[in-house]
Amino acid sequence: MNFFLLSLIKAVVVAFVLLTTLAYLQWVERKVIAHIQVRIGPSRVGPHGLMQPLADVIKLITKEDLIPPYVNKFLYLAAPFFAVTMALISISVIPFGGPIHIFGDNTWMQLADLNIGVLFILAVSSVSVYGIALAGWASNNKYSLMGGLRSSAQMISYELPLSMAIAAPLLLANTLSLRHIVEHQEGFYLGFIPHWSIFQTPMPQIFSFILFLIAAFAETNRIPFDLPEAENELVAGYHTEYSSMKFAAFFMAEYSNMVTVCAMTTTLFLGGWLPLWPATAGSNFVPAIVFLLAGAIALYHGLNPVRRRDGFTLPVVAVVFFVLAAVFLIPALQGALLPLFWFAAKTGTLLFVFIWIRGTLPRFRYDQLMAFAWKFMFPVAVLNLLVTGLMVALFS
Amino acid sequence: MDVILFLIFAAIAVVCGLNVVIQSHPISSAISLIGVMGALAVLYLLLGAEFLAAAQVIVYAGAVMVLFVFVIMLLNAGAEIRHGRSLIAQVLGIPLLFTFLGLMLYFVQHMLPGTPDVHFGGFKHGTALDVGRALFTQYLLPFEVVSVLILIAILGAVVLAQKEME
Repeated sequence: MNFFLLSLIKAVVVAFVLLTTLAYLQWVERKVIAHIQVRIGPSRVGPHGLMQPLADVIKLITKEDLIPPYVNKFLYLAAPFFAVTMALISISVIPFGGPIHIFGDNTWMQLADLNIGVLFILAVSSVSVYGIALAGWASNNKYSLMGGLRSSAQMISYELPLSMAIAAPLLLANTLSLRHIVEHQEGFYLGFIPHWSIFQTPMPQIFSFILFLIAAFAETNRIPFDLPEAENELVAGYHTEYSSMKFAAFFMAEYSNMVTVCAMTTTLFLGGWLPLWPATAGSNFVPAIVFLLAGAIALYHGLNPVRRRDGFTLPVVAVVFFVLAAVFLIPALQGALLPLFWFAAKTGTLLFVFIWIRGTLPRFRYDQLMAFAWKFMFPVAVLNLLVTGLMVALFS
Repeated sequence: MDVILFLIFAAIAVVCGLNVVIQSHPISSAISLIGVMGALAVLYLLLGAEFLAAAQVIVYAGAVMVLFVFVIMLLNAGAEIRHGRSLIAQVLGIPLLFTFLGLMLYFVQHMLPGTPDVHFGGFKHGTALDVGRALFTQYLLPFEVVSVLILIAILGAVVLAQKEME
C-alpha cells in the first residue's frame, strides 16, 4: 500500500477519534465538576447523560447563526475557523505508539514524524492566539476586545516559561523529534523506576514538568487563568458576540488545545506510550485487569440497581468492558493496543487534573497573573534550564 | 510538485505583500503581513531549511506580529483617510515604478555573481543541530553581540516606560 493512502487512513482515524474525544470530554468535564460540587450533572439525555454531547451538537447546529451589525465581517467569520484549525492541526505530530505492522506495511502510530516536531507545536501554539485576539477585535464589542487583549497578553507572557520548560527535557533527549524523545525515555532504573524525563538522571525534570503544566493552563485559557473569558467581568470575553457553530468552534478549539497540551506533556515528561513498569513484571496485563475490574463493578451495581433503569444499562456497560478486557488479552493485537492504552491513560489522567483544578481553584486577578508569569515562572524556568544544562554537560 | 508549491506560496507572499500596502485599515495590513511571514516559512521549508521555517513562524508570525496586532487593537487605530494625491505622484508615479523595477532587474542580472541553480530540498544544513553548531562556534561573537544589543533595547524600553509612571 502506498504512503499516500496509508497517511490518509491514519489521518481519518485520528480525526474521528479526536473529534469524538472532544465531544465526550465536555461530558466528562460536566460530570466531574458536578460530582465535585455534589450535583449529578447531565443525566436526562440517554443513560447517565451519555447522549448529551450529541444533543449539544444538534442544538448548536440548529441555533440561529447571528452576525451582529458593525462587525468586521471577514475577520469575524475567519477568526473561529482559524482558531479551530490551529487547535486541531498540532495533534498531527504527536506519537501515539510505536511501530506497527498493518496491511503488509510497516508504519508508526503517528501522522507525521517531523524532525522539528517540538518547534512545530510551539509555532502552531504561538500563531493560534490570533483566533482569539481577532475574534475579540472583529466583534466590535468592548467586552470582546478586552477578552482578546487579555488573551494575547497572557499567551505571549506564558509562552516564555512554556518554551523554557520544554527546553530542559530536550537537553536530556538531545532531539526535537517527538518520537525520538519518547524512545529516549525507554528503559527502567533498578528494574522498576521508569526512565521518563521527570525521573531521568542526571537532572530529573520534575520542576520543568510542573512549570510546563502551569503554563499550559494559561495557554489553554483554563481556570485559574481564564481571564479572557471571565464571566463576572467580561460577559463571555472574546466569544460574547458569537452564536451557533461559530461559538462551538471556539469551544472545540479550547478542548482540542487541552488534549494537545496533555498529549504533549505525556510525550515530553511522562514517557509517551511506554508502560508504567516493565512488561516482565506484568504491565501487559494492566489494561485487561483495569477493564475487568470496571466491568465487575458495573455488573455488581447492575445486579443491585439503585434506580430501576440501572438494572438494564449497567449490565450492558459491564459486557462492553469485559469484551474490551478480552481484546487486550489477544497477543496479536497487544503490540498495537498496549501503547495506545498507556498513552490514553496518561493523557486522560492529565485531562482529569485539568478538570479537577477547574472544580477546585478560583480565578487569578489580572495583575497576579502577570506578576506570576514574569516574576516567578520565568526565573524558575531559566534557573531550571541552566542547572539542567550544567548537569548534562558534567555527567553525560 | 515542488515547483507548483513554490509558485503557489510565492504568489501568496507577493499578493499578501501588496495587500499590506493597499489595505487602508492597520489590522488588515498587519494580517496581510502575517500572511507574508507564513508564505515565507513555507518557502524556507521547500528549500529544506526546516529550523529556519519554524523560527520564522515562532518569532515573526507568533511573537512580533502578535505584538503589532496587540498594539493596534489597544490603541484602537482607525482606518487610514486617503487625501488627494499630489500632481507629481499622479503623473510620475507609475513610470518611476517601472524604471525602478527595470533598474533592479538589470542589477540583479548583471552585477550579482552567477550562482548555481537552487534545488528544492537541496539545502542540507538547515537542521536545528547544524544551526545551533554554527551559532555557537563560527558565529559566536555576532551572536553574543546581538544578544547584548537586544538586552540594551529591553533596558531602554523599561527606562522609557518607567519615566511615564513618575
